[in-house]
Amino acid sequence: MKTKLTALALGALMAAGPAVADLTIVDTSYRTGPYAANGIPFSDGYQDYFTLLNERDGGIGGEHINIVECETGYNTEKGVECYEGTKGDEPLVYEPLSTGITYQLIPKVTADGFPMHTLGYGRTSAKNGAVFRNIFNYPANYWDGASVAIEHILDQEGGDIKGKKIALVYHNSAYGKEPIRTLEELAKKHGYELSLLPVDHPGQEQKSQWLQIRREKPDYVIMWGWGVMNQVAIQEAVNIRYPMDHFIGIWWSGSENDVLPAGKGANGYKALTFHNIGSDYPVYDDMRKYVVEAGKAAGAGDQLGTTLYNRGMYAAMLAAEAIKTAQQIAGTSKITPAQMRDGMEALEMTEEKMAALGLPHFGPAFKVTCENHGGDGYAAVTQWDADAGAYKMITGYMQSDQEVLAPLIEEDSMAYAKENGITPGCN
Amino acid sequence: MFYREAGDFKTSYLEDNQTFPIRFDRYRYYAVLAVAFLVVPFIINDYWANAILLPFLIYGIASIGLNVLTGYCGQVSLGTGGFMAVGAYACYKLMTAFPEVSMFIHVILAGGITAVVGVLFGLPSLRIKGFYLAVATLAAQFFLVWLFNRVPWFYNYSASGQISAPERSVFGVLITGPNAPSWATYLFCLIFLTLAGIIARNLTRGTVGRSWMAIRDMDIAAEIIGVNPLRAKMTAFAVSSFFVGIAGALFFSIYLGAVEVGEAFGIQKSFLVLFMVIIGGLGSIFGSLAGAAFLVVLPVVLKLIGVDILGWPTDIVAHFQLVIVGALIITFLVLEPHGIAQLWRVIKEKLRLWPFPH
Repeated sequence: MKTKLTALALGALMAAGPAVADLTIVDTSYRTGPYAANGIPFSDGYQDYFTLLNERDGGIGGEHINIVECETGYNTEKGVECYEGTKGDEPLVYEPLSTGITYQLIPKVTADGFPMHTLGYGRTSAKNGAVFRNIFNYPANYWDGASVAIEHILDQEGGDIKGKKIALVYHNSAYGKEPIRTLEELAKKHGYELSLLPVDHPGQEQKSQWLQIRREKPDYVIMWGWGVMNQVAIQEAVNIRYPMDHFIGIWWSGSENDVLPAGKGANGYKALTFHNIGSDYPVYDDMRKYVVEAGKAAGAGDQLGTTLYNRGMYAAMLAAEAIKTAQQIAGTSKITPAQMRDGMEALEMTEEKMAALGLPHFGPAFKVTCENHGGDGYAAVTQWDADAGAYKMITGYMQSDQEVLAPLIEEDSMAYAKENGITPGCN
Repeated sequence: MFYREAGDFKTSYLEDNQTFPIRFDRYRYYAVLAVAFLVVPFIINDYWANAILLPFLIYGIASIGLNVLTGYCGQVSLGTGGFMAVGAYACYKLMTAFPEVSMFIHVILAGGITAVVGVLFGLPSLRIKGFYLAVATLAAQFFLVWLFNRVPWFYNYSASGQISAPERSVFGVLITGPNAPSWATYLFCLIFLTLAGIIARNLTRGTVGRSWMAIRDMDIAAEIIGVNPLRAKMTAFAVSSFFVGIAGALFFSIYLGAVEVGEAFGIQKSFLVLFMVIIGGLGSIFGSLAGAAFLVVLPVVLKLIGVDILGWPTDIVAHFQLVIVGALIITFLVLEPHGIAQLWRVIKEKLRLWPFPH
């Protein structure tokens, strides 16, 4: 049995062979499991944008983009298998869409020389590019998110939140634990009381956490959830009649899938975002024409315009712009992963650039440098309107509290450098 | 024709009692070992090591461990994931506290610590049996995962609550971390699997193993003929947890490099290892390995066939994978309730008579 299977696997590997010489992008998606509801729209958006570039412009700089999809199920072991299985194709960038897999891959991609982009997730201190040479987390990270959430609460309360109670409901994993440090630091600065309520994977069981919220009546609840955990949390909040406009989710807890199951009760729920929402952009006309109507859309093709689809598309757009930048720097259209890394480090997003792409004012303008792989930390707050069935932006983009965050990032990244024997430097 | 005892004369008790009494079997065993130690390290690449062979070797050790407890001693355990976590966290604490000590020692010590924890959680088995014991070990599973999530000392106060393995070497060759060559990590795990297999095999056919099996078959009768249930059950828990702890240590340090306790060592892991043991065959060392291979390799093969050869969408393949693996498990257990090991035994019986069955 064993030998037969091994032979079969060997045959399969042989047949799979090396990919054709294109620019390869790996999409480690998850369309199955408890996180699929969020994984599908992101992956669709990510792939559709590259399909659009292939169909409309013939690729980037004349080079066809080859997308390799690998299903991880949000599972670290499968993520590693995907990485090992795809790295032979010389992919330009990895976008794992999982903080757990990101932690797994940080040392691996650094050793193998592949760049990795973690758009608004992953390890926050990767912002310090002098230590994390191959990891990029622009345009915003979790600590920015935590800080902007607190800023929004400050705005709501007229600038004084001394003695207020804020609860953090979080996915009990590396992902959910990320904001704790920042929220604790900010608690020292602003004088609020923080209580922590972890929810275990996958997050269907949250009765006790919400019972506690009902008993303690915190003034605000911040949530770091993902997948099925979001839907359950919002439903539970509705059940205990928690005021929804005092319930703020991180950007990963702010998709339509998360609020729809709770129906009208979810009206007023807030979530952060670092890019614009809706489908009112010129690029969507092309997307419909070249991708959806041509039958080339990824998945079922029914996710256009949803928050996470937009985010996937945004990630793809940033990757495509980095490829263009890298092609200019390298002077060749056929770039290697190392040249891609340089391109990402020289990436500059401006209003004009986004307008030219058909995505005017879609995200913040930022410039990546070696010292700053993480952008400037701008985020806005959106609010769910159950009658309209859509999120609405209710604030402008706010910058996170860099005064508090910068030393935290410095400290955490230097600890990593010391642990792993990395000499920080930009050359 | 080849596979039979005829003409294979034994002249000493030692020879008569060896693990593989049939010459052909013995040579095949040596050949497998030779290929595994002398050929595979030279042709291995990263994909083979990290996607197929390392998980197989590590789950092999874990399922040998669980087989000692469940297959040989009859104590059902659902705490395997938790005990693997003990091994992983013990290894992490040792690695970071004593960086200059060899990884071999760390992994073995991690196994030892897990053995102690396993004995502690095994104590209730003196009073409760069967399904009730399964529930008690389930409590161990949840308690241990909760503990490692809850107490920051275990993960050295890292902000993310993850543990990640720093670079360590054995005899000057890197063995953990991203720069470790795949042949080294493979050989490291292979050595542990081979030792685990040999130790388990020899324990199970000696006095200790016989007392385990006596307890499994009928504990009251065993007690009457003089088997000490305390000693038998506790040794089974200790040996089992020792192997499971080693598997957990290797799983964390060599294979993944960074783990999150809830995800890596959750209840799914306990069930996965239990399925390996059941599908492979309760009470068989070969069965443990066959079960591990079945559940590690099959999903990868199905994925390769579905995605890379047939070009199907990844989500369809992932769903099919569940269906096919599930259907195969049911088919297997209906056709051969004693697992792959029994299938192998039947084949060997047939081979003995082949080609003249009458």
